[in-house]
Amino acid sequence: MHFRYGSFPVLSGVSFSVGKGELCGLFGPNGSGKTTLFKCCLRFLHAERGRVMVHNEDISRCNIEHLARLVAYVPQEHKPPFPYLVREVVLMGRTPHLGGFFGIRRRDREIAMDALATLGISDLADRPYNQLSGGQRQMVLMARAIAQDTPLLFLDEPTSALDFQNQMRIWEIMRDVAGEGKTILACSHDPNHVAWFCDRVVVVGDGTVVAEGPPEDVISEAVLGEIYQDVCSVRMLDGVQMVMPRCVAERNGKQESSRPLHDALFVGACGEVDAGT
Amino acid sequence: MTEPTGFNHLLKRLGYETSGGFGEEKKIVILLSLAAVLFITASVAVVLGTYNITVAEVYHTIFTHLTFGDVESLPKLHNTIVWDIRVPRIILATSVGGALAIAGAIFQGVFRNPLVEPYILGVSSGAAFGAALGIVFPTIFFSIQVFAFAFGALAVTLAYLLARSRGETPIVTLILAGVIIGSIFSALVSLLKYLSDDTALREITFWLMGGFYYATWNDVILLAPVVIISFFILWSLGWKLNVLSMGDDEARALGVNPEKYKFVVIALATAITAFAVSLVGIIAWVGLMMPHASRMLLGPDNRFVLPASLMMGGCYLIVCDTLARTLTTAEIPVGILTSILGAPYLCYLLRSKGRVIFG
Repeated sequence: MHFRYGSFPVLSGVSFSVGKGELCGLFGPNGSGKTTLFKCCLRFLHAERGRVMVHNEDISRCNIEHLARLVAYVPQEHKPPFPYLVREVVLMGRTPHLGGFFGIRRRDREIAMDALATLGISDLADRPYNQLSGGQRQMVLMARAIAQDTPLLFLDEPTSALDFQNQMRIWEIMRDVAGEGKTILACSHDPNHVAWFCDRVVVVGDGTVVAEGPPEDVISEAVLGEIYQDVCSVRMLDGVQMVMPRCVAERNGKQESSRPLHDALFVGACGEVDAGT
Repeated sequence: MTEPTGFNHLLKRLGYETSGGFGEEKKIVILLSLAAVLFITASVAVVLGTYNITVAEVYHTIFTHLTFGDVESLPKLHNTIVWDIRVPRIILATSVGGALAIAGAIFQGVFRNPLVEPYILGVSSGAAFGAALGIVFPTIFFSIQVFAFAFGALAVTLAYLLARSRGETPIVTLILAGVIIGSIFSALVSLLKYLSDDTALREITFWLMGGFYYATWNDVILLAPVVIISFFILWSLGWKLNVLSMGDDEARALGVNPEKYKFVVIALATAITAFAVSLVGIIAWVGLMMPHASRMLLGPDNRFVLPASLMMGGCYLIVCDTLARTLTTAEIPVGILTSILGAPYLCYLLRSKGRVIFG
């Protein structure tokens, strides 16, 4: 699979490829064009120049119905005006596979309910979707993308509104889905998430690819320094790479560490470790 | 479920689930009940009227016609009143109410706005102008109905073209374009009113209020099949309409081409609205209220909302029209009644369920 896209001024010559079954993280500062990139790939926006290839097929030529069987999309945030039930929203994920009068078969319902169970939100099935919290809606959209059962998934900040447990759950689910041979392109703002869970990382900044490769190479102080203007430090903790704010790293580096380590982990990115690892 | 298995099988073929925790059997029962209510309302309405005919005589007349019995043996007056006036009028009211309610549900879904009514794109103003032309210049514009329909359709076409740019019709632009076109045609209607003499002015005013005074079998034969066919087409797009109401980008991601389906459903909804309006004038509120009422009963899934709207719209207009022709000796224009009965209902909705329905 090969992505190539070029447009001015949001995206100027972004080009990268993602292999089958990979969980690829798309990483970059606000306004760097991650969502725009997704929207161009999904043809919500028309690319000025460039192509998006899936299995050697140029998807800018294929029709919307066909595209929806190839790619599922989880948008950042969205609220419909009507109180559809959660299971109806998830069932909408089956739309590209339906045929006939209404075409909804029992099997589609089972897939929808299974997707809810995968996400652990079966209890939300009968709640109106537009009355859920932002995080719950995000879980529902994730379930919908899984129900859509496509070889390729685009996730636009799938964990942005979630609590810590659900963030980890979503990333674990993404790992499982990638393990089934599906390809995921997910964007995220947390360098640690990307480093912990992704097979590959593409860092975009100012509409171009700043770096790409395995997370241990890409999530480095040099790259983060380039896109975030030197606010990050990268440390190792129990052999796991941790990104933390430089101010925190420096503050704690000067003090003698006395707090237990697991405490540090659950504060998220602000851990405390020996400086200079 | 007590229905025979053949019926269950049919439901499954249509994609409705009769078991398995999806709760759709309850909704199907509600739909069937609504059909029964519609039938009962029509049966009661046909008996009521200023001219007293006994219940037995009314049904005897209808039964004779339906079984191709000896029509000549019926009392001539009863036959005329029941079969040539009341029955077509009730069927026409059902068709018009159904058409407006379906169109309302469609427009609300496509525009993702539960406060939209079928006249939003200017079809009523256009039709009013066409009708007014027909009334003021009967020699040039030979038929009120034809020109009401033509101008109603023209108004929506103009709005659609005005809103379309670079292969897309954004919803906000479309609504704005509808408002603009609508106001132009309203101004033109006012101009015609200003120019017309007293008789024509009176006629225009009455037309604008809507009514079934002149309902005949010809109207029924024209409108009912169109409404039924359009309904089945739109109903079959019910699930796609659900997806469409999630927003254009969402629809695209789920494989529903928003431009294509927006065009199809708006065209069909406009056609039946314009057709209904051209036959009976502008009847307000049905298209706004009935989809709401359906959603309150059955939830927002358009596979249920559309048939429910059809039946509730039909029911509501039968009730309003029966009141219109029986409350006083002179007829009240039905548009007045639909508004008087409808506005409090919407107030009630707003006060009681506002947060659920209006977001």
